[in-house]
Amino acid sequence: MTARIGVVTFPGSLDDRDTQRAIRLAGAEPVALWHKDKDLKQVDAVVLPGGFSYGDYLRAGAISRFSPVMESVIEQAKSGMPVLGICNGFQILTEAHLLPGAMLGNNHLHFICRDQKLRVENADTAWTVDYDAGQEIHIPLKNMDGRYVADEHTLDELEAEGRVVFRYRDFNPNGSLRDIAGISNAAGNVVGLMPHPEHAVEPLVGSGRTDGLPFFTSILKKLVNA
Amino acid sequence: MARVVVDVMLKPEILDPQGQAVQRALPRLGFEGVSDVRQGKRFELEVDGPVDDAALARIHDLAESFLANTVIEDFTVKVEEMVGEEK
Repeated sequence: MTARIGVVTFPGSLDDRDTQRAIRLAGAEPVALWHKDKDLKQVDAVVLPGGFSYGDYLRAGAISRFSPVMESVIEQAKSGMPVLGICNGFQILTEAHLLPGAMLGNNHLHFICRDQKLRVENADTAWTVDYDAGQEIHIPLKNMDGRYVADEHTLDELEAEGRVVFRYRDFNPNGSLRDIAGISNAAGNVVGLMPHPEHAVEPLVGSGRTDGLPFFTSILKKLVNA
Repeated sequence: MARVVVDVMLKPEILDPQGQAVQRALPRLGFEGVSDVRQGKRFELEVDGPVDDAALARIHDLAESFLANTVIEDFTVKVEEMVGEEK
């Protein structure tokens, strides 16, 4: 058997097709989900892809968070369904309060696009079991609102519980507190990060590395062995 | 009809690089003596019907759940003026 992984398309999503392709390359079956449709089509996991849903109006992710599909995603995530938010998807997850903290504009006020070095801090989440803790990876980063903020208490709690999943290495591209690139919820089924693993899954394109592929093989392994 | 204004500001402890950029531009424009600028958002809601306590409570909920993200922002709600009424 294989796993069926939903990818939501919002108005303004950019990376939904790349994400579907990454899921297919990892050996799972991608399922297109639509923002207006509450039906999750009985998928085993959901990815919220990158882009500028609703033009980032109000705040990045603020309007998408109230879309019909998110009602189902929030409900299912709370009962343990794995959810990955990439870039705009991460912003939507914080706006939906499935992940703590919030995303703000990059501290230098510029859009940034670069190959980013990250350290995998937690290789036990549903989306990172195919990495090793402490492993360093390079995947593309491209965003305007990538500055992760949370109050000191929340940051301490995230660190203490091992919920900082990825940290920026060598260069903090946006002013994120404590160099945080990605976090998880307490249960570890919901993960969000700013960089784009779906753009680093084939040697022929992008950075020429496949450092992002383990996200998608991790979830496949997790679901098939479940 | 009445106009209800919701002002949203970043919390004081949250860095505001846009406000800082504005502040740094001021001396170039010959405007001295401003030590800090913070930038916020203002929403003007034209509300049908009376703005009674119940209506204000609903607008407060709207501001808290949607117009502001209370993880990073504070907000205020105030009734500004009656629109189109005879004095």
